Amino acid sequence: MDHAHAMAGHAADPAHIDTSTGLDSRKMAFWTFIGSECLLFGSLIATYMAYKGSSLTGPYPHDTLVNGKLEHGILNIPLTSFSTFILLMSSVMMVLALNAVQKGDKSGSVLWLLMTALFGSVFLGCQVFEFTHFYHEGLTLQTNLFGSTFFVLTGFHGAHVTVGVIYLLTLAYLAHKGKVGPEKTLNVEIAGLYWHFVDVIWIVIFPLVYLIK
Amino acid sequence: MASTATVAAPRAAAAPHAETGLWSWITTVDHKRIGVMYGVTAFLYFLVGGIEAGLVRVQLFVPNNDFLSAESYNQLFSMHALTMIFLALMPLTAAFFNFLVPLQIGARDVAFPRLNALSFWVYFFGGLFLNVSWFLKAAPNSGWFAYAPLTIKTFSPGLNMDFYVLGLQVVGFSSIIASLNFIITIINMRAPGMRLMRMPIFTWLTLITSVLMVTALAVFTIAVTELMFDRLFGTNFFNTVSAGADPLLWQHLFWMFGHPEVYILILPIMGMVSEVLPTFSRKPLFGYNVMVFSGILIGWLGWGVWSHHMFATGMGPIADSFFALSTMLIAIPTGIKIFNWLGTMWGGNLRFTTAMLFSIAFIAMFTVGGISGVMHSAAPADLQQTDTYFVVAHIHYVFFGGTVLGLWSGLYYWYPKVFGRMLDEKMGKVHFWLTLIGMNMTFFPMHFLGMYGMPRRTFTYADNLGFTALNQLETVGMVVIVLATLIFAINLFTAWKRGEVAGNNPWGAATLEWSIPSPPPVYNFREIPVVHSRMPLWEGDPALSGGIPHGKVDETTERITLGGTKVGEVRDVTDENKMSAHDLGIHLPPPSYWPIVLAAGISVFFGSMIFRQVTGPAHNLWYLSFAGLVTIVFAVYAFAFEPGHSH
Amino acid sequence: MSSTTREIVHDQHTHPTRRFYLFIGAGLLLLTVLEILGYVGETKGVYASGTAAILILILSGIKFFMVVAYFMHLKFDNKLFTGIFAFPALLGTLVIVGCIMLFHVVHGVATEYHANTPADAQHVSGGPRGG
Repeated sequence: MDHAHAMAGHAADPAHIDTSTGLDSRKMAFWTFIGSECLLFGSLIATYMAYKGSSLTGPYPHDTLVNGKLEHGILNIPLTSFSTFILLMSSVMMVLALNAVQKGDKSGSVLWLLMTALFGSVFLGCQVFEFTHFYHEGLTLQTNLFGSTFFVLTGFHGAHVTVGVIYLLTLAYLAHKGKVGPEKTLNVEIAGLYWHFVDVIWIVIFPLVYLIK
Repeated sequence: MASTATVAAPRAAAAPHAETGLWSWITTVDHKRIGVMYGVTAFLYFLVGGIEAGLVRVQLFVPNNDFLSAESYNQLFSMHALTMIFLALMPLTAAFFNFLVPLQIGARDVAFPRLNALSFWVYFFGGLFLNVSWFLKAAPNSGWFAYAPLTIKTFSPGLNMDFYVLGLQVVGFSSIIASLNFIITIINMRAPGMRLMRMPIFTWLTLITSVLMVTALAVFTIAVTELMFDRLFGTNFFNTVSAGADPLLWQHLFWMFGHPEVYILILPIMGMVSEVLPTFSRKPLFGYNVMVFSGILIGWLGWGVWSHHMFATGMGPIADSFFALSTMLIAIPTGIKIFNWLGTMWGGNLRFTTAMLFSIAFIAMFTVGGISGVMHSAAPADLQQTDTYFVVAHIHYVFFGGTVLGLWSGLYYWYPKVFGRMLDEKMGKVHFWLTLIGMNMTFFPMHFLGMYGMPRRTFTYADNLGFTALNQLETVGMVVIVLATLIFAINLFTAWKRGEVAGNNPWGAATLEWSIPSPPPVYNFREIPVVHSRMPLWEGDPALSGGIPHGKVDETTERITLGGTKVGEVRDVTDENKMSAHDLGIHLPPPSYWPIVLAAGISVFFGSMIFRQVTGPAHNLWYLSFAGLVTIVFAVYAFAFEPGHSH
Repeated sequence: MSSTTREIVHDQHTHPTRRFYLFIGAGLLLLTVLEILGYVGETKGVYASGTAAILILILSGIKFFMVVAYFMHLKFDNKLFTGIFAFPALLGTLVIVGCIMLFHVVHGVATEYHANTPADAQHVSGGPRGG
């Protein structure tokens, strides 16, 4: 009986067929989760924006005149532009991975999933470098309003990227074992939704934190 | 699968897994059992919250009382609010969501049964964690709103608010995943023919409430996380002392959640009342569509009124005017609902059961609370009322007169469905009248006390202010409520074993959950019903179905049949009850212990941060955080790859 | 299970090709380059601070829609998913806009002292913020 259940579960994916809308419940749940995440990140960004320019002491994000003296901004725009490129590229890798899974291209799936995870890791590496650099420059969580809001916002995003990298590595391992065939497209699609959402959040954070003074 | 398509001969209790005993409850993924667990736990917390309120009222019985210290008074009124809101009323509505939504939409379970179990266990541990604070004499003491900067480490050095920030993150997480589950269940698990506009109104309002929860609680989670970072890691989000933080940030973030929270607590109740009234008026709900759209409008407007809690903070005239206007607007959809309920009863064949009495009392009492709410919406008037007992009167008319009366109405109404036995009507009537009298004795004088200028959240008052007599009346009212609740608790407990046996449909109600046995079999519906109208069980009755939109009375109507029998009739269901899901070839998800393990991991992870505080940085229990994290990761993988669960 | 009321919408959307994905990826990179040029232009004093901010926000808005519509398939998927995402995304945006308004534009006495803090009013290139 258990065997029969297992068979039925694999063959027909009941979650897909038995729904009122014909849409998969997991995918819909994932979109709802992303909706909730919109508010999580929205509140953090709102906090950042509410305090933008309100720090009483340096270091400041951008060049600032304090009592007639120029304080250089701490943000490293070239480095972050580079990591932004990397994260955008990882999103492209992710859609290529999905494409490979849909076609049943096993080696392609593994390759692109690993590449996505790799690019995500490079992004994280840039963030770790940035954080340690700031720390040495004297900007910590406790220094000023900018430090608190900046580290918590970007750190929260970084935590999401970390979870995403682990998620992708798990999928890559499963793909390597041959367990991510075309019938499992949805699993990869959902991982992709997560990954792209993390990218979308960065698309919002990058201009608001780094580019707009 | 073919072998199970034809029904095998009934085998007595051919259960593939344990169906009784503690372990079966711990590992259950059945929405009905989870609903019962939610209900029982939340009711116990309701009693705890009641004891906290009782102590507060004893303290206020005489002026200059020293029954409680100022500090314990602060802890009691704060925990009273937190317990009632997060551990009693929200979970009680969650109990109804869990038990009823799948039954009302004709589903066998929720969309993600294990996630449902997870949300219960996270709530369970979160509630325990929050109440552990009593044993350390460090319960949260800054009110449920925890206004930062008063709650940052500088001004609240104790552990009290650490319990708040950590406990509420856990409880909030539980509500987010639970409501996510209900959104998907309602959108995606409806029986054939159950269009959105045929859904029972309770299900509709559950959907709206769940959307509010998924969004509003996310804002709260961030607010609390920021406060947690301030307290544990020394960030400056609310540090107005040395970092120049804005004292209004917390209030904005908190009330962005806090106001939708009020609707989270009242919308499901409006749904319950909208089910009870038609049943006992023998009339379809008046203006179903309008009810749905006004519910959506309340949910939407509920997001745009949060700053009316902050009129006294000096937000400036533009913001004050905006939020005053939006708050006045929200009275419109609420008023529409009240007139719809009156319209439902108008000309109906009213039966005054206890459930009906509670629903009618709900309309009246909630209207009182609503009217004082409109009074608050005018910013100049609110400036006079802020921080007085007038506000306390308002919120208790909304939460007790609204949420609690509605919940009790729902309990009398659906208890027979849950346990298969009726609550005693005589005790119920006594309970009703005592509750109604008690609550008005307790909360109505608060309006006057507020106007006299009695400040809220102050542990005592002088004897020459003229507050004494009314406070004593309120405390007596509290005793009446306690008495009523005691009778209710006895009724709930005795009816469980000795109550009159209820048939499928003891009230002659119209929605799908009444078409199946009480209590429902583990698989709910032997055959998934096909729905043709909004009130399927009244469909065949010419006297009633005329009022049903889309109802068809003629012979050609495909009448709903369930298990080959016409619905709406009480019949002997014992034979059907004896057949297990296995016998009927119905696939149900197997039980799982990963939800409780994952919930334990989450609780240990957050709880360890408290112990880090107790023992000081040099001896912090970092390994507990680590153990929690490892458990979470391990349990997430085990959860994801558990065999027998498609999701 | 047969019912006319049941809206069965099978997974019929055609999946875009690799070339299409690469094209969108290239577009995203290009827009990011433009965003950074906006920043550089503002630093060099080519445009005013406000102009640059609007420019950069419009560009990132386009990027947002491109990723959501094409990489996350909302363009090809059932409209219900768009709704499920759009409502909270809109709320999140309103929370951000609301906070900017409340703390920088229409604030009253409680927030006013911010404008007098030394670090605040004197950005090198930005000038006083709005409010």
